[in-house]
Amino acid sequence: MKILIPLKRVIDYNVRVRINPDGSGVVRDGVKMSINPFDEIALEEALRIKERGEATEIIVITIGTQENQQQLRTGLAMGADRAILIETSEELEPLTIARALKVLIDREDPQLVIMGKQAIDSDNNQTGQMLAGLWNRPQATFVSELTLSEGTATAVREVDAGLEVIKVKLPAVITSDLRLNEPRYVKLPEIMKAKKKPLDTIPFSELGMTPETQFSIVSIETPPKRPKGIMVENVSELAKALQDRGLI
Amino acid sequence: MMSNILIIAEHNGKELNSSTAKCVTCAKKIHPDSIDVVVLAADSHQIATEAAALEGVSKVIRVDHPVNEYPLAATLAPQIIELANKYTHILGPSTTFGRDLMPRVAALLGVGQLSDIMGVENAYRFKRPIYAGNVIVTVEAPSDRILIATIRSASFAASEQTGNAIIEKYSINVDLPKHTSFLDLRSDSGSSRPDLQTATKVVSGGRALGSKDNFDLIYELADVIGGAVGASRAAVDSGYVGNDLQVGQTGKIIAPDLYIALGISGAIQHLTGMKDSGTIVAINKDEDAPIFEIADFGLVEDLFTAIPDLIAALEK
Repeated sequence: MKILIPLKRVIDYNVRVRINPDGSGVVRDGVKMSINPFDEIALEEALRIKERGEATEIIVITIGTQENQQQLRTGLAMGADRAILIETSEELEPLTIARALKVLIDREDPQLVIMGKQAIDSDNNQTGQMLAGLWNRPQATFVSELTLSEGTATAVREVDAGLEVIKVKLPAVITSDLRLNEPRYVKLPEIMKAKKKPLDTIPFSELGMTPETQFSIVSIETPPKRPKGIMVENVSELAKALQDRGLI
Repeated sequence: MMSNILIIAEHNGKELNSSTAKCVTCAKKIHPDSIDVVVLAADSHQIATEAAALEGVSKVIRVDHPVNEYPLAATLAPQIIELANKYTHILGPSTTFGRDLMPRVAALLGVGQLSDIMGVENAYRFKRPIYAGNVIVTVEAPSDRILIATIRSASFAASEQTGNAIIEKYSINVDLPKHTSFLDLRSDSGSSRPDLQTATKVVSGGRALGSKDNFDLIYELADVIGGAVGASRAAVDSGYVGNDLQVGQTGKIIAPDLYIALGISGAIQHLTGMKDSGTIVAINKDEDAPIFEIADFGLVEDLFTAIPDLIAALEK
């Protein structure tokens, strides 16, 4: 069984994101970039499935510039078998990403696609669901526990009401939530080994589709700051403040 | 330009979820010609009645079918597609229900989606948060195609229940996939306490509580003020409470009138989930905890003395 893991290169989650002085976007120069943390969890899950003997090959895939090789190499060092970079310098919307991934699915014929439930930059939370829709296959989103058995997957999903359990026939798209697992740390020898693993570049134009931009950004701003609060000395002062405000 | 909006109702099979009333408020800000609500359920009678009472709704469409007993995106999406061609906008809540469903609907219609609308400029121009709410973008969508969007519940008040919309039944004739089945729903809530997502007061606990037993202090304080209980990701990860109580970027995003954060340091992903609250109170032993930067009232004190004292002070 083959597993496809789409990875997105994003600004590292530890970076405090700032807006460009000209308001054209966020500052990216000299900023640390990483694999989207949810995608890293997705890859870790695939590695564990393979280590249990339930998968034979894990392919990491990303869409972007040659700089994305860095994240693919990290994925290979974690344990993926090979990598595909779909090269483009354009910023693509989730629907176009999902369509591109669908082209790759038709070529690679995976049984599972596991990806992060959302990217921590655009926070869209769309691509996995769109891919499942285009592929006409099941989706299990926000998954915190995954079990495979005889052509099906049982997924525990973190939903607002609690934990929902669903069963889907494979092939399927799974999107990972934070509690699915804790990704492993990459050790130096693996980074060296990963350099020898195959990494193919496919120009976006070879996919036989045109990227489509539907939404345009009019402006970008920092949210208004809350006015500075006050520090109270003790509990009775706090209780009085809340009562004065009519909150309790 | 005409706009006709369809809202996908969220419910638990019995009652309408309040996220739907918030979608209606957002829809009204678009000044549309009509707002319809579709209820997909096994038996939608009661839910449809509640939806019809929401001010601003023109029509409620009941789609009753046994497969709609559980909200599975793969079976709901093709039914929504059947209804789509009469509308300029289809809106769903940005809850786990809507986030799961709406992108699948968009993909089947061959259009993109706008996630987490927090403000309406006009029928095709909206504000939404990115980077965990640290940046706000104003986005324009094309007016020549249907707009699929999810609505950030914490940004809109619920529409009043003074409406009286007509209710129509609709039967869908479309093949539905059988590849996905519901097995179970495990829930921690279901108590007599107010629901976390709609409560006007919330008391949240963090890792500093130290154990599941100690977390009882949070429940006690919540009961004294008639509030709901929430938790930080760390508290959920430590097993003090279930995931359905998590407040934050990956949990629930809420904006109660009063939010009391106890032993929560204030990681960015937690702040994302509660920073729009009316009044924020933080009690923490660590005076450098980032939660104090956004708190209206902060108190540096040990939780195990502060919470019992606060309970005693409020019970007086």
